[in-house]
Amino acid sequence: MNLLGLYNYWIVIVLMMVGFYLVIARSNLLRKVIGLNIFQTSVFLLFISIGKISGGSAPILKDGVEIYSNPLPHVLILTAIVVGVATTALALALIVRIREAYATVDEDEIHVQDEEA
Amino acid sequence: MIEAHLPVLQVVVPLILAPACVLCKDVPAWLMALLGSAWSLLCAALLLAAVLHHGPLDYAIGGWPPPWGIAYRIDTVNAFVLLLVSVIATAVVIYARRSVASEIAAGQHSLFYSAYLLCLTGLLGITATGDAFNLFVFLEISSLSSYALIAMGSDRRALTASFQYLIMGTIGATFILIGVGLSYMMTGTLNMADLAARIPTVSDTTTMRAAFAFLTVGISLKIALLPLHLWLPNAYAYAPSVVTALLAATATKVAVYVLLRFLFTVFGASFSFATMNLDIVLVPLSLAAIAAASLVAIFQSNVKRMLAYSSVAQIGYMTLGISLSNVTGLTATIVHLFNHALMKGALFLALGCVMYRIGSVHITQFAGLGREMPWTMAAFVAGGLSLIGVPLTVGFISKWLLILAALENGWWPVAVLIVAASLLAVVYVWRVVEQAYFKPPPGEATRGEAPLSLLLPTWALVAANVYFGLDTSLTADVAGIAARELLGGGP
Repeated sequence: MNLLGLYNYWIVIVLMMVGFYLVIARSNLLRKVIGLNIFQTSVFLLFISIGKISGGSAPILKDGVEIYSNPLPHVLILTAIVVGVATTALALALIVRIREAYATVDEDEIHVQDEEA
Repeated sequence: MIEAHLPVLQVVVPLILAPACVLCKDVPAWLMALLGSAWSLLCAALLLAAVLHHGPLDYAIGGWPPPWGIAYRIDTVNAFVLLLVSVIATAVVIYARRSVASEIAAGQHSLFYSAYLLCLTGLLGITATGDAFNLFVFLEISSLSSYALIAMGSDRRALTASFQYLIMGTIGATFILIGVGLSYMMTGTLNMADLAARIPTVSDTTTMRAAFAFLTVGISLKIALLPLHLWLPNAYAYAPSVVTALLAATATKVAVYVLLRFLFTVFGASFSFATMNLDIVLVPLSLAAIAAASLVAIFQSNVKRMLAYSSVAQIGYMTLGISLSNVTGLTATIVHLFNHALMKGALFLALGCVMYRIGSVHITQFAGLGREMPWTMAAFVAGGLSLIGVPLTVGFISKWLLILAALENGWWPVAVLIVAASLLAVVYVWRVVEQAYFKPPPGEATRGEAPLSLLLPTWALVAANVYFGLDTSLTADVAGIAARELLGGGP
């Protein structure tokens, strides 16, 4: 019961591992970035889950509501999402330039080209 | 009036100048970068003086009191690190004008200086802030701009190095974010002082232990502690010379500061070392870093890459000092932060001079350079001696303190290893010296000395290497105060 009740956290862990696996196991740079995004998203979910309070309503002041969810993690995650977007943008820009320089986005092939040079 | 706002002004001014840089042409952009760095240096010097006289400063951003707003807290440790970062940034930016002009395409200089200022903002922000989440944000500001800076290297391998750093750095930063989230979960606060006060009541939970683990691993990635150092050698080797000097001298140092801050101020030494037994992990890794990275450095043919591996080894000295967790060990770490920044700054700037004249830092290119670029190579040798730890240089002070700290804990094999690793440093520095002074230059081509605008900042750092090797009142004494503050003994 308790294990199922924490299903948010199970999803976080699964997503985190999926993302992490993609980053480590794939040699295609784009897939690495996608993996990184999934990895970061799992953390966003973790923070949002922290903010939820049982029976709490949305954090907007209203008469007759006593318990509110904690809005702070939401704000933090808004910032973290912006950071994530910036990281992705930079990573994609780098991939474009790597493709221009090496004519490939595969890590193994890049490595081979570097060894030859 | 304005003095009260120094903690935030020194971070905000570079931050505002950064976008202004983009709008400028190349030379005004350089002036702005110089202005930003010099301003932060001024602020840091005033802050350190104020902290030493009046004790820690608290600053609430926007007037919001700490539990709600973001607080900056300047104490001896971070005032010292702020000074270090801004000194290096100023020396490097003076150097940057000629070096950047030769290594980076015209028209991109303003973008370069913009990223430079953002990186500086991030590093200063990480150091000044007293808020765990704010630290993550500044960490990402400095990291993102350093990825961009590294990618500006002229070799195409700079791109892949930058990408690799981006992947590893983002994983590290996300780990830090997870750690911050988990500790927020247990304590309901992001303020470091509040965290420190509340963690002891919840420290016996799995969540808190996981938070500690995530934070330590994430920060270690940023520090480039041995098994997590893979991003560093390529990033340093292929980045523009200026960027290598800046990052080698400041970025990993700031990360070491973050580790100090979390281990000692936030979690407390007893939790970190008595409960979590971090030293069991940290000591072997530090020793492995010192030994393995020094050995690998010997076999590098790219001199920048060689010094990058040497940096990994030097980081091992710093984490070793942390894991000793006594006052002398921490003093050694903080002193070495400063000293290593001075020596690596001087060495990488000297390599930048070689890059400027010769266009390569491959070891065979150094043949005969001792005669053709006497001042540059003399700076390299002085920096190298400091790296080895020869008396009268700063390197000696750090190693001396570290050996004392190791003996204080009765770890004499560690002390022996520190000395042995210095011999390895002799070997890799000697390889360059041998090429430069005992090999004839190739062909007839005579290559002149580097211009004065490059030599002056290099020699300023070399002079600092010698000065702080003789007069330790700024470094060792302040570091001692900082170490006692971190261990909770009060100044």
